[in-house]
Amino acid sequence: MRKADKRNKILWNVAFVIVLIGLGFSVYKASLRINYSWNWRAVPSYIIYNNVTNINSPVNGVVKGYKDGVLIIESLAKKTIKLKVAHTKLKPGSKVTQDEPVGYNSHYQPGPLLIGLIMTLKISFVSIIIALVIGFITGLMRISSNPLLKNLAITYIELIRGTPLLVQIFIVYFFIGTVFNMTRFVAGAFALAVFEGAYIAEIIRAGIQSISKGQTEASLALGMNYFQIMRYIIMPQAIKRVLPALAGQFISLVKDSSLLSIISITELTKAGREVASSTFSPFEVWFTVAALYFIMTYTLSLLDRYIERRLARNE
Amino acid sequence: MSENGEAIIIAENVNKTYPNGVKALRDVSLSVKKGEVVVIIGASGSGKTTFLRTINQLEYIDSGKITVDGVDVTDPKTNLTKIRAEIGMVFQHFNVFPHMSVLNNVILAQTLVKKRSRKEAEDIALEFLNKVGIADKKDDYPGNLSGGQQQRVAIARALAMNPKIMLFDEATSALDPEMVGGILDIMKSLAKEGITMVVVTHEMGFAREAADRIVFMDHGQIIEINTPDNVFTNAKSERLRQFLSQIL
Ligand SMILES: Nc1ncnc2c1ncn2[C@@H]1O[C@H](COP(=O)(O)OP(=O)(O)OP(=O)(O)O)[C@@H](O)[C@H]1O
Ligand SMILES: [Mg+2]
Repeated sequence: MRKADKRNKILWNVAFVIVLIGLGFSVYKASLRINYSWNWRAVPSYIIYNNVTNINSPVNGVVKGYKDGVLIIESLAKKTIKLKVAHTKLKPGSKVTQDEPVGYNSHYQPGPLLIGLIMTLKISFVSIIIALVIGFITGLMRISSNPLLKNLAITYIELIRGTPLLVQIFIVYFFIGTVFNMTRFVAGAFALAVFEGAYIAEIIRAGIQSISKGQTEASLALGMNYFQIMRYIIMPQAIKRVLPALAGQFISLVKDSSLLSIISITELTKAGREVASSTFSPFEVWFTVAALYFIMTYTLSLLDRYIERRLARNE
Repeated sequence: MSENGEAIIIAENVNKTYPNGVKALRDVSLSVKKGEVVVIIGASGSGKTTFLRTINQLEYIDSGKITVDGVDVTDPKTNLTKIRAEIGMVFQHFNVFPHMSVLNNVILAQTLVKKRSRKEAEDIALEFLNKVGIADKKDDYPGNLSGGQQQRVAIARALAMNPKIMLFDEATSALDPEMVGGILDIMKSLAKEGITMVVVTHEMGFAREAADRIVFMDHGQIIEINTPDNVFTNAKSERLRQFLSQIL
């Protein structure tokens, strides 16, 4: 690279940062115009918070000791009582009266947004697995020479791609879900998988067709059968080639899972809506929700790049 | 070697028309004896590749019959994978597996089709990689090899299956000129070892030196079958003489 080019590159990167800051500032300015008062302090507690429970003495008595988080009290009736208390200021010999606080326990608990995030991860994971299975099978059916298999695959792919996901979710939930008595989770994961599966099928098909016919012919000439050729020759090459597209589809799936909030699955978006409506911080909540989605999708992106680089080594 | 041997490939009145209407083979009949080296020559589009590919049924035929080692390969009930494993094929464009090391290229079909153990397959692979002079590249990936080296891998891959017949379809046509000689030398030494070979090539030097018989095809037909000496000095058909005068 020429020296001047290098200097230019740095300048443009600086410009990029300035533009970002400018954008952030204008969002802030815009919020001032509508008299919005920002309150970020409460936001972390929507993700994780410290749950404090005070412990009261059940009896009148005297503290005998405190060891390993257990407070030992002897009641006036000479009964020994053990209490689990993580934090206490009482010393042996202190007198306690009934219902008097003797200390407190605290532990971290996931806030509503984290619970929603975990649900999003769970349902996305299940859907991705099912979608991959559907996608592989219909992708192979799509290029089959058997008209039954081929037409079934085409019908499925076209129907799914030609109707909105939201409508499909309603159909699966209210119709198929009712007929087969599915839980919300199963219906949601299934609807999502069926939807993304159609796109994955097309990706798989394109991947397989991108591998030169010579690969199949050489394998056939060696006496390999259809399954062996797919498993050892075509798929490994095809998947490597469509990995970016597959990763993109997984990312779409994670984002599309937000639509499941419509059938009352408390995933990240529904959790966001609940928190936003019960607090006075909708902007903070929605920005946080967006950031959480981004963390998930960006992780997928990085994972894809990592795998691509690993596979590129073997060439 | 060619005299009085029994026929291992028998093609009778083979016809093939491609879906686009091109009539690629017209009543092609040929029998190849065990251990014989048959070289097929002819102008581009004359049906050489098509005929070669019908022998291991990479190309199906419309009518006629092809028997390989006593098995009717054109019978729909024939288990093709089994007979294909006994016919090695070397392609113009190598078709090595780019996602596998050289060694694994040669091992894979041995373990999947011949059900050899990994260890046994590896020993055999190394033996043939040695034979084609590329054992030192066994851990490389095909992408890092020259065309000539890839074709050596492809030959070793086919030989490792211990085929009874080897088919070569213009194995040197996609190679840089300096790579051609090495591959032809390997093919010549195979010919001397007595393996049955059907070779499609434009290398007349090879045909003259290694062939037991030369088959001349034109417009989907076999026009003449003759010994190398007769083909080059005493061809019967006018079309063959014309063809040779154009390329020599
Ligand atoms: N898959 C195919 N579909 C349709 N037509 C084909 C196909 N393969 C070959 N042909 C046609 O069949 C005829 C014979 O082709 P073939 O490849 O067998 O010739 P060839 O003798 O091997 O030629 P070359 O020396 O160029 O390799 C040609 O006219 C060709 O265009
Ligand atoms: Mg050809």
